[in-house]
Amino acid sequence: MCTMIAHQVKIQGRGKSGPEWFEVQEANVSYDHPYDLPLEHALNIDFVNEALGPGARVAVELSVDAARQLVKTIEAVLAQADQRGVLEDLPVAAAPARDPSRA
Amino acid sequence: MYQTDQYEGMIAETVSMKGHNGDAINAYVARPLGSGPFPGMVVIHHAPGWDEWYRECTRRFAHHGYVSISPNLYFRDGHGTPEDVGAKVRAAGGAPDARVLGDLDGANAWLRSLPYVSRKVGIFGTCSGGRQAFLAGCRLKGLDAVIECWGGRVVQSKEELTPNQPVAPIEYTKDLSCPIIGLFGNEDKSPTPEQVNAHEAELKKHAKQYEFHRYDGAGHGFFYYDRGAYRQEQAVDGWKKVFAFTERTLR
Repeated sequence: MCTMIAHQVKIQGRGKSGPEWFEVQEANVSYDHPYDLPLEHALNIDFVNEALGPGARVAVELSVDAARQLVKTIEAVLAQADQRGVLEDLPVAAAPARDPSRA
Repeated sequence: MYQTDQYEGMIAETVSMKGHNGDAINAYVARPLGSGPFPGMVVIHHAPGWDEWYRECTRRFAHHGYVSISPNLYFRDGHGTPEDVGAKVRAAGGAPDARVLGDLDGANAWLRSLPYVSRKVGIFGTCSGGRQAFLAGCRLKGLDAVIECWGGRVVQSKEELTPNQPVAPIEYTKDLSCPIIGLFGNEDKSPTPEQVNAHEAELKKHAKQYEFHRYDGAGHGFFYYDRGAYRQEQAVDGWKKVFAFTERTLR
């Protein structure tokens, strides 16, 4: 890409691609060319599972303002949940990934 | 220019070729039918991937009489849709320059092994491929023309250097071994007009044979008719300049 501004973070969660859910293990965050958003550069987030191949990907492409609003909103929601004492998290070793090719 | 009573035929297919370190990778080839000799063209896909636009671009060069090969520079990154594979490479900070150069050198060698390819081979690229085309013209032997379309990050600050792209291509300008044409949009952010000026100044300083064309009303990727960046007038003129250049340097 033409900016090469990209970071990866290891994550735990599930993503849906088509009709199937799969375990996401990495989030790739970049500010570079999007595929579909009509901008030269955008804030792109790919939730992926590298072990499952390039097709295991849930992608979003955001404008800068949308990305900033999203960050604030996530932080606000987590803070509210924390305040109400309902935060919970997965254990460090999450359940094994489901095979996305299986129904 | 083709005439309406002229025979025309083409073969286009996926082939296997040897790339960097002798690795087998796949490539898309399009060639005019006939015994030739035809000049060759290496077509470098852009950073978003080895996609349909590059298939069509490869066939376009063949339509104009060039045996053309577009190597899959992301072959080692897995297989899937071009977008999914391209997104993986985007996250990894792009393909490593050393590997790309090895693959492009292999594509040139593949062309030169064919009995119907003349002794002239050019290299074409857009976006990151424009940068890589310039890099190849400086670092590889046996290229006769470079077509650089809006090559981003030819000019890089020290902070922009990465393990995958450890040297700014502009540093190799003195080693450029063939003529170059560059097409740029004046509204582009990568490269900016200032970076294009710096690129040109370096070519001038080293007395290289070059022609740069800058387009008002165009930004990055103005050839891409499948994106909003497409600029019809500038693209049509740009293609005319590309083929005038290749006819002069490769025939």
